[in-house]
Amino acid sequence: MKKIYVKEEVCIGCHLCEIYCAVQHSKSKNIIKAFKFESPRPIPKIIVAEKGYISFALQCRHCEDAPCVEACLTGAMRKENGRIVCHTEKCVGCWTCIMVCPYGVVERDIANGRKVVSKCDFCPDLDVPVCVAYCPNEALILAEE
Amino acid sequence: MLSLIQPEFIVERDREKCIQCKACVRQCAFEVHKYEPEDDEIVSDNSKCVGCQRCVSLCPTQALTVRENPLKFKENAYWTPPVLRNIYKQAESGGVLLTGMGNDRPYPIYWDHILLNASQVTNPPIDPLREPMELRTYLGRKPDALEIHLSKGSPKLKTELAPQLKLDMPILFSAMSYGAISFNTSLALARAAEIMGTYYNTGEGGLHPDLYKYSKNTIVQVASGRFGVDIDYLNVAAAIEIKIGQGAKPGIGGHLPGEKVTEPISLTRMIPDGTDALSPAPHHDIYSIEDLRQLIHALKEATEYTKPVCVKIAAVHNSAAVASGMVRAGADMIALDGFRGGTGAAPTVIRDNVGIPIELALAAVDNRLRKEGIRNQASIIVGGGIRSSSDVIKAIALGADAIYIGTAALVAMGCHMCQKCYTGKCNWGIATQDPYLEKRLNPKIATRRLVHLLNAWALEIEEMMGGMGINSIESLRGNRLQLRGVGLTDTELEILGILPAGI
Repeated sequence: MKKIYVKEEVCIGCHLCEIYCAVQHSKSKNIIKAFKFESPRPIPKIIVAEKGYISFALQCRHCEDAPCVEACLTGAMRKENGRIVCHTEKCVGCWTCIMVCPYGVVERDIANGRKVVSKCDFCPDLDVPVCVAYCPNEALILAEE
Repeated sequence: MLSLIQPEFIVERDREKCIQCKACVRQCAFEVHKYEPEDDEIVSDNSKCVGCQRCVSLCPTQALTVRENPLKFKENAYWTPPVLRNIYKQAESGGVLLTGMGNDRPYPIYWDHILLNASQVTNPPIDPLREPMELRTYLGRKPDALEIHLSKGSPKLKTELAPQLKLDMPILFSAMSYGAISFNTSLALARAAEIMGTYYNTGEGGLHPDLYKYSKNTIVQVASGRFGVDIDYLNVAAAIEIKIGQGAKPGIGGHLPGEKVTEPISLTRMIPDGTDALSPAPHHDIYSIEDLRQLIHALKEATEYTKPVCVKIAAVHNSAAVASGMVRAGADMIALDGFRGGTGAAPTVIRDNVGIPIELALAAVDNRLRKEGIRNQASIIVGGGIRSSSDVIKAIALGADAIYIGTAALVAMGCHMCQKCYTGKCNWGIATQDPYLEKRLNPKIATRRLVHLLNAWALEIEEMMGGMGINSIESLRGNRLQLRGVGLTDTELEILGILPAGI
């Protein structure tokens, strides 16, 4: 299965991956509507980490042997076709997955007033996830493992 | 003190489209945009904007427009806004005005007054998609005559040929030093040169250890500061270029300020960390053609006569006479840099007022060398404002062997010609050593874009050559009958050695 790889040496810290991720996971999927009219604003499932001039974008690694799936109390976190997906209707917000995730890429969706997990779903409707498609400097690439 | 300098540009933000994503804030090294958390708004300071269009290009909602400030002084055809602006700047700073890139003043552009021929009826055009076209060329000293020896029926070349540079297309990347441009930019030029079977030029910046692997496609420069020159540097290269002058600043040396001399640059240039890299205006060992001859031969001795030596001069009034001297001094290639040629930093007054158009200099030099019967002894490379494949083909028809492109290559990589190279804050990651900005030029993307540009130009050159019924770039060289001038005076036509359109 293809994975998203980070080229931190060319990540320019523009945070546009976060913007496009948030839009992709908004109700309208329209950038202006999503940010201007959807309340609360959609939150991205990708995080740009920065320190000094070094930056890189990180999202769920969709681990082969995912600790979050193992740790999930309710079976909300599952592995499907190589992707780790969270069935939020089953999520009870115990945050165990957040505790065990070695990459720190599982977040709380509390901005939306919901006590459930928010994480990268690998853009299941698209051939190329939006963060990869819209990175202006090709710092995120989709490649075979 | 109240500044009288009004902003050059106005940044317009469409509030209905701005989503406060702060991409513009992060992308502007000149700190034009600022996020105000209390108001959840981004405000822009027009006075800092240089018009590089980085924020406009990165804005995900196209909320930004940067346009020229239509500031209206009282109409005056003589005291134009740029003239007034420069006086205000100098009255406030008391210093020499600096700038980057090439001469931007409205001097005549001779390329745009030269038209190409095409075949009709009596001489058939060639379809480059169906028939082979030859863009390959060789640079270096050519013999006066070839002696061929026939032994047992198979011909053998008796004449010993001087070392030659083989180019798959007659375009090279001109000298841009690591220091003036970022490492990633140099890397992209080197990789593109390798892919396209051509050469890039180190400029006076030395050769970074990581670029040694592209040395087969590298022309190394020996300039007045002698930065980065040692025996490995000379021996590893495909050719050596002695830089006497630069089109953007003839008669002027260079100055890379100490702040830009970071550790890798100090190692590459072989100077202490943080010290100013000063290139003197003259080579202190060259005050005559005889002195130049000594340096050319010293370099040839050092490299055991295995590689051609090029001498680069800025196109100035007596270029033809100087070029003749250069060839007689032993240069295998001469590079002419026109007044539109770019720079990382030059005094504005020099850039805008010194030197001559490359079209005229090229025609004059080619004429002079032909008249003296020494044209075969050196190849001519011209540069300085070559913008398109048509400029390339016109230059070749005027007599050039190959073309140097610098500005066009930078534009292909993303340069927007804001002319602020000398600030070291290039928002496009090209003319900067700031590690935060340098990353913006992804060498992979830049290499791809350079290769695309050269491939596109090669296709266009083939189309134009085919139209003229010529199937080899060698047959076009100095073929001024393929050119006609429009809107030129008799004197200009005479210097260019071309007929007016209609004859």
